[in-house]
Amino acid sequence: MTSYALFLGCTIPARQPHYEASARKALPQLGIELVDLDNMTCCAPPPLQSIDLETSLSIAAYNICLAEEADLNMITLCTGCFESLAMANTMLKQNEKLKARVNQILSSAGKEFKGNKEVKHYLQVLTQDVGLDRLKKSVTKDLSSLKVASFSGCHLLRPSALLKFDDPERPHVFDELIEALGAKSIWYRNKLKCCGGLLRGYADDVALAIAREKIVNTTKAGADCIVTLCPFCFLTLDLGQMLIKSAFHEEYNIPVLHYAELLGLALGIEPKELALDFHKIRLDKLLSEIR
Amino acid sequence: MVEKEPIKASEIDTKFKYEITKMHGGEKLMRCFQCGTCTSDCPVARFSETYRPRQIIRMTQLGLKERVLNSDTLWLCASCFTCTDRCPQGVEVASVIRVLRNLAAEKGIVPRVFKEQVSSVLDSGYAYKIPELRMKKRESLGLPPLPKGNPESICKTLRGLGFLKHLEKQGE
Repeated sequence: MTSYALFLGCTIPARQPHYEASARKALPQLGIELVDLDNMTCCAPPPLQSIDLETSLSIAAYNICLAEEADLNMITLCTGCFESLAMANTMLKQNEKLKARVNQILSSAGKEFKGNKEVKHYLQVLTQDVGLDRLKKSVTKDLSSLKVASFSGCHLLRPSALLKFDDPERPHVFDELIEALGAKSIWYRNKLKCCGGLLRGYADDVALAIAREKIVNTTKAGADCIVTLCPFCFLTLDLGQMLIKSAFHEEYNIPVLHYAELLGLALGIEPKELALDFHKIRLDKLLSEIR
Repeated sequence: MVEKEPIKASEIDTKFKYEITKMHGGEKLMRCFQCGTCTSDCPVARFSETYRPRQIIRMTQLGLKERVLNSDTLWLCASCFTCTDRCPQGVEVASVIRVLRNLAAEKGIVPRVFKEQVSSVLDSGYAYKIPELRMKKRESLGLPPLPKGNPESICKTLRGLGFLKHLEKQGE
């Protein structure tokens, strides 16, 4: 077992227990232990960075300090959390002046950022700690009939200079992890373009137009489902189809799954255990194709 | 946005660009030669009639401080960082926008939805509060109780720092 401090964030526990349940059930089967730490707080995502960068870095660093104290590397499910925390971790490790300023802020909360731990997205953990071979061998269900439109979201890859996750223009890690489960990962138009999720609440019409294009392009490419990593992408594309229906009078009904859910299904975990009934778009047809 | 209004010499703050280049992420502002890669690759510009990152960068270089900081379009960046990754001059476009937002926030210019997230973090430690009903649902799914949240020390620290005092002062 390799142990990681789990950073859950807020969107997943608040809105997507199916994502959490899938990760908590699937990852330990592959030798990844998720350790819950008390006192984790917000990751300070881009909207907060927009207000004050140094304070946001301090909030992110506060969480990393908790992992440092527990002597564990950190694992995130949400790509938004990954971006905020990994970016802060790299920036503070690279910039002594910034680190000193953040530590000054953190000292009043009784913390000190040392910079001796890593922040990893669970896809990195699957690639580095588990490996594609072990993943392939752990699959018990046949997903070979599924055509999957993978959508990593922006914050897994960019800003690439700080995150260093994959080639941001020709990423392959996510698609390889989908194909390791036996499904086929397909190409579709504008695959790497943002879902517009972060504009929800500020410019809903623009956000919905961007989401609609993603749904149209994946449908046209003949995908059986979209597979996401980020709770905002999921929300934008799953619930988003309801909003598209009322705004554009168009119905697509393309299922959206988080990778952890697809992983859980491939490992043979029952759909009920994965809490898949939380999805807005029904998965019945898709599930009937998994044998 | 008022970019179609002709620029008057009196609007120009020649020192504005130096304010930006001394902030983290804004250092390379002056390298921009207006090729437009940022706007043509921007997922938002394709669907917005007003949001053009190249224009924001040029206005900033020129010193049109008030126009930029008061512009609604400043808050239309979805922070995807495609522009930053693809800029041939290495300008961190999305970070320049973040720097500009930080300066706007200092003046109390912050859209409502951003303010709500900030107050939520200050109150609960989370950007989104977790509803009571969902907590019950979690139990029925066999999920472990959430780790103790509400980290008072960080909330207190943030308040002590006056994190966004101006947000609280400034009405919508």
